[in-house]
Amino acid sequence: MAPIDEADVKDGVDRETVEAVRSMAGTYKYGWETEIEMDYAPMGLNEDIVRLISSKNDEPEWMTEWRLAAFRRWRQLEEPDWAMVEYPEIDFQKQYYYARPKSMQEKPKSLDEVDPKLLETYQKLGIPLKEQMILAGVEGADAVPAEARKVAVDAVFDSVSVGTTFQKELKKAGVIFCSISEAIRNHPELVRKYLGSVVPQSDNFYATLNSAVFSDGSFVYVPPGVRCPMELSTYFRINAENTGQFERTLIIADKGAYVSYLEGCTAPQRDTAQLHAAVVEIVVLDDAEVKYSTVQNWFPGDENGKGGIYNFVTKRADCRGPRSKVMWTQVETGSAVTWKYPSCILRGDGSQGEFYSIAITNNWQQADTGTKMVHLGRNTRSRIVSKGISAGQAQNTYRGLVSIHPKAKESRNYTQCDSLLIGDKCGAHTVPYIEVRNTSSKVEHEATTSKVDDDQLFYCRSRGMDEEEAVALVVNGFCKEVLQALPMEFAMEAQQLVAISLEGSVG
Amino acid sequence: MAAPQVRQDVTEGRLSALAFPQAAGWTLPARQGALARVRAMGLPGRRDEYWRFTDPATLTAAEPQAARLFEPGESAPFSTMDRVQLVFVDGVFDAGASDDPALAGVEISRLAEAQDQDIHWARDIYGVLEAHGQTPVERPLAALNTAFATDGVLIRVTGQASKPVNLVYLHCSETSDAILHHVIRLEQGADLTLLENGPAAARFNKVMEVDVADGAAFHHVRTQGRDHDRRAVTHVFARLGESSTFKSFTMTANGILTRNECIIELTGDNAVAHVAGAAVGDGTFHHDDTVFVTHDAENCESRQVFKKVLRNGATGVFQGKILVQPGAQKTDGYQISQSLLLDEDSQFLAKPELEIYADDVACSHGSTSGAIDEEALFYLRSRGVPKGEATNLLVLSFLAEAIEEIEREEIREEILDRLAAWLERHRS
Repeated sequence: MAPIDEADVKDGVDRETVEAVRSMAGTYKYGWETEIEMDYAPMGLNEDIVRLISSKNDEPEWMTEWRLAAFRRWRQLEEPDWAMVEYPEIDFQKQYYYARPKSMQEKPKSLDEVDPKLLETYQKLGIPLKEQMILAGVEGADAVPAEARKVAVDAVFDSVSVGTTFQKELKKAGVIFCSISEAIRNHPELVRKYLGSVVPQSDNFYATLNSAVFSDGSFVYVPPGVRCPMELSTYFRINAENTGQFERTLIIADKGAYVSYLEGCTAPQRDTAQLHAAVVEIVVLDDAEVKYSTVQNWFPGDENGKGGIYNFVTKRADCRGPRSKVMWTQVETGSAVTWKYPSCILRGDGSQGEFYSIAITNNWQQADTGTKMVHLGRNTRSRIVSKGISAGQAQNTYRGLVSIHPKAKESRNYTQCDSLLIGDKCGAHTVPYIEVRNTSSKVEHEATTSKVDDDQLFYCRSRGMDEEEAVALVVNGFCKEVLQALPMEFAMEAQQLVAISLEGSVG
Repeated sequence: MAAPQVRQDVTEGRLSALAFPQAAGWTLPARQGALARVRAMGLPGRRDEYWRFTDPATLTAAEPQAARLFEPGESAPFSTMDRVQLVFVDGVFDAGASDDPALAGVEISRLAEAQDQDIHWARDIYGVLEAHGQTPVERPLAALNTAFATDGVLIRVTGQASKPVNLVYLHCSETSDAILHHVIRLEQGADLTLLENGPAAARFNKVMEVDVADGAAFHHVRTQGRDHDRRAVTHVFARLGESSTFKSFTMTANGILTRNECIIELTGDNAVAHVAGAAVGDGTFHHDDTVFVTHDAENCESRQVFKKVLRNGATGVFQGKILVQPGAQKTDGYQISQSLLLDEDSQFLAKPELEIYADDVACSHGSTSGAIDEEALFYLRSRGVPKGEATNLLVLSFLAEAIEEIEREEIREEILDRLAAWLERHRS
């Protein structure tokens, strides 16, 4: 991969940052492929394919109809072109919409029955699908009490979930954590109630496509008052060629529940671009809290911009009840094209939404990412901290919406976006939309580093930290907490990002 | 791309209500080009991204909405200053009401007359900066202006203008629909202060193209008339040479709809561009500041400072953009848009954008919106300042950052007084 030339780096850019970006730009570690026999649905997309996917998952009739309705809608939609990303036209008929390892034809009853090749794949990725207590390779794991170290994993390989760990233990706590295809079969009442209630079938081009053809994904239900006893995580792996991955995740935190959910993704290195269009829906009821963290490390394409994943993702959380809370954290380092705006609908009075993002683009990568904070309830709060780092010929755009509706009295938003350019051939862009429709709310969009929460900053500074350190601590402190909890090997990488300095940033 | 039917209908509807000036002399080719642009782009609609916060329907309609005449009950702005006044009544130049345009170092002519002359310096600018400003964002109403402008002034400044030129726009007909197009050229090292005031017409479409040569300085201050029902769309297209200065300030009080676009391109190194605005609105007031600054040279500075005070359902819009082209190193770009919402139902809609392709730049933007600071209000009241007065004091201090962008102290003070008077009249 093209190294970052010393001469390209201007004065004032923190060395550590350059080093961190440089190390990220190293060889893509997850570019290998698992040789495994696969079952494909025929190439292309039509109603028969949609029915086939539905039947492969043994879905009830209502689900098949739901998919078909989405598919019919999708055919009327046009691909959006407003994002600052350019890519060759995608031929949606030249994709496989379903690919399943042959060994998964009969769903294994337990992890012991899973094809060793698949287990090996995840082992190699650093996600052992064993119910072990200590995860190898996670820094600081030894210092944490054993109880806190458990992470349940749902592993999705191309179109199917190959296994979910710790299901029994979670069941004891009342938590349902399984693949969405299992949930459709075993918990239809929950799925019917919530699926498409946050991201409607016809939400946007890619979400509608996903609604028609999603093959698997994870389902989480945390019952009232339950604090999920461990971290939950899904690891998505694209392996097959010319195959799109369309996973769908549905998380429901019932009243007073708490869950922290982590998502990781990788794909083999190939010359042709591959499509990934996921939907994540989160329902947060009264007083519940959901933390959703992503380390997105899809193959970014090579140094000439060849190959890579086109990542078109719709993620949205609906804070339905009073005082509900959702936090999105994302570390975006992969994908050739990223189109992703994890959003919060703050419906319940006093609900809170947070979005912390670090997006790094290098070579020919393009990222157009950000968030939407829609304030509907009274006294709702949101906070956006976004950092974009661009190197090589990459383009990095923050695009966000903060919308305060007339009834969302006394609401509050704070937004901070920083971007950093390394080299003079890349670009960094900020496209925020701010809509304030009442008087008692306060909205701030700042690009200056000194405007971080003054009280916290003051606290740090009064303890002898310099401003830069204090800002780094305040801004990254929150992220760090989440990043450290990532159960995977690449948590290390993600942690490096935390060292990135704000120095030399542009708004 | 073929414009959809609705857009085409709106466009043709508007065009059919206008007479294309066939005998427009040297402006004819520019006008024909502009007409072709209008037809190709189509007039804007609410669904256009660039108009998402402001509905252009009344600006694109074939006929203007009637606007009641308004007696401001105060002296005209800048009336105490020594200046050359050029008066337009509902978009038509009134020689009788205007001063003698003779001014040392300044050449002033009227568009309606100058276009018949064989050779004219403005030929290289008329419609040229406008056409250039159509990318990357289309501005069809400006092209419409170039094609159909009925009048305007052409000002060429070769030295230091001894006094400001003041364009006065009177509104005397309830259904007037004025289209004015000004061209201003500042030669190397020249200096001019241009003042504008008045509502102009029931509906006003104005374009001003400003070409600032190396080392020249252009100062622009305008107050948009207080007529409640008036509607206006204005465009300033400015091109800045090396080490030149462009400073523009706009005060807007009232008006049912105002869209002020300012498109600036810094083409020479070390150029400076400041655009500022203070807008105060009560009730049916919709004010939109749309600014697009392109840095295409090194070591330039740009500032955008926009402040709005909104009450009783007034709407403020800010769309600002700083585009830093590859190679425009050492750019210093600053952008701030702030709104103070005084009563319920007022709203502020903003899109402060940055697009940066050079790595050694400092660009920052900020945008805030909120009510008046209760603590500051409490402080003042605890010192015996009555609530209304305390509020006005805080509002004025909020507007100050924009007003400070005005270079001349006497104008600064006049603007401040006028804003204070407005606040006094619109006290809660």
